[in-house]
Amino acid sequence: MQLVDRLLKGDKRAAAKIISMIEDRDAQAQKVVSLLRPHTGKAHIIGLTGPPGAGKSTLISALVREFRSRGKRVGVIAVDPTSPFTGGALLGDRVRMTDVGMDDGVYIRSMATRGHVGGLALATYDAVKVLEAMGMEKVFVETAGAGQSEVEVANLAHTTVIVEMPGSGDSIQILKAGILEIGDVYTVNKADEGGAESMVTNLKSVLPEDREGWAPPVLTTVASEGKGVPELADRLEEHFSYLKKSGRLGEKERIRSEVELRDALTETMLEKLTTSKGGKKLYEDVLDKVASRKLDPHTAAKRLLSGKTG
Amino acid sequence: MAKKIRVLIAKPGLDGHDRGAKVIARALRDAGMEVIYTGLRQTPRDIVEAAIQEDVDAIGLSCLSGAHMTLFPEVVKLLKQKGADEIVVAGGGIIPEEDIPKLKKAGIKAVFGPGTRLEDVVKFFEHAAGK
Repeated sequence: MQLVDRLLKGDKRAAAKIISMIEDRDAQAQKVVSLLRPHTGKAHIIGLTGPPGAGKSTLISALVREFRSRGKRVGVIAVDPTSPFTGGALLGDRVRMTDVGMDDGVYIRSMATRGHVGGLALATYDAVKVLEAMGMEKVFVETAGAGQSEVEVANLAHTTVIVEMPGSGDSIQILKAGILEIGDVYTVNKADEGGAESMVTNLKSVLPEDREGWAPPVLTTVASEGKGVPELADRLEEHFSYLKKSGRLGEKERIRSEVELRDALTETMLEKLTTSKGGKKLYEDVLDKVASRKLDPHTAAKRLLSGKTG
Repeated sequence: MAKKIRVLIAKPGLDGHDRGAKVIARALRDAGMEVIYTGLRQTPRDIVEAAIQEDVDAIGLSCLSGAHMTLFPEVVKLLKQKGADEIVVAGGGIIPEEDIPKLKKAGIKAVFGPGTRLEDVVKFFEHAAGK
């Protein structure tokens, strides 16, 4: 396929078109992604998550600059939420990334969640593969501004960075389960504002000193001035080498593969059910029965899979 | 799944008046489109590069500095150079009446001045994306 050949040569336009096909669930999308598969698996995937306004986009922009100066090709996928009411979205992360957008070795794509919860879009997984296949060595994924429980990015990324800001939580907020547990590296951004030190202390007090051979570091950054960014980049590299040396990289790949396999399985089963002869009608009948409380969803699912409505 | 309409809203040039651009971005968002907003003081090269990377159907340019006669046609020219001239370009801002035919001749498909109804802008972009 011509589009794939162009992508493998690093053509940004081809990357853009393929990502749109994936997002729009184009009939060709699955085939294209399967052609990319042999060209993936080498890049370091880095997820950044944290509350809205913590400075994730600005920090990514600074990290892109840092890794470019180290000779790496860098891809970015920046996710923002889709309106549940209109289906529209305002994707504004590029505003903070304009200075790196023109660089030949950088590709940035904004992506709307399109109804997917968890901080990512469904298409993010495959879009990462597109960026890998075009030769990006570092792939950053910025989640939609996250609350407490959007932990999905940790399944996708090799290294998850939690971006916090001063004053965004006392010690009890930090003790809560969820997003604060998934980080491999933590940074308190906007550290030039007051209260950064106590945020660092609070974070350090709850983080494990050793998590299977890795102690999650807590850094401070001022992304807008580039302060602390080289140190952050160093920690990201260290974490990636740790994953490789410890064998954790293989485990991470397995976790991600399982998420992808489950999604594919659900999709394939639904497609098979609803496109087979009489399948659509059967599906609708069973759905009606569940809605009118004649059937519970679990029994309904079993019947659909066995092909009998009963 | 139906193809989503993606539009880039950009402000070329040096003026800092982005209220109009934001009102348009919001109207398109509320009409169900994905709007990529790139902020102030973009060069035509920045805008075209972003449009290509984001695979948009159309670009909306807003300029209130009076430099539209240089900046708007430059975007169209660069799109053509990159082989991306299927991306439709529209402009808005404070544009004198006599400039409009010249801009259209240069490949700007529509020019929206003050007082334009938002429905008309939405309709234009839906049409531009082939809906």
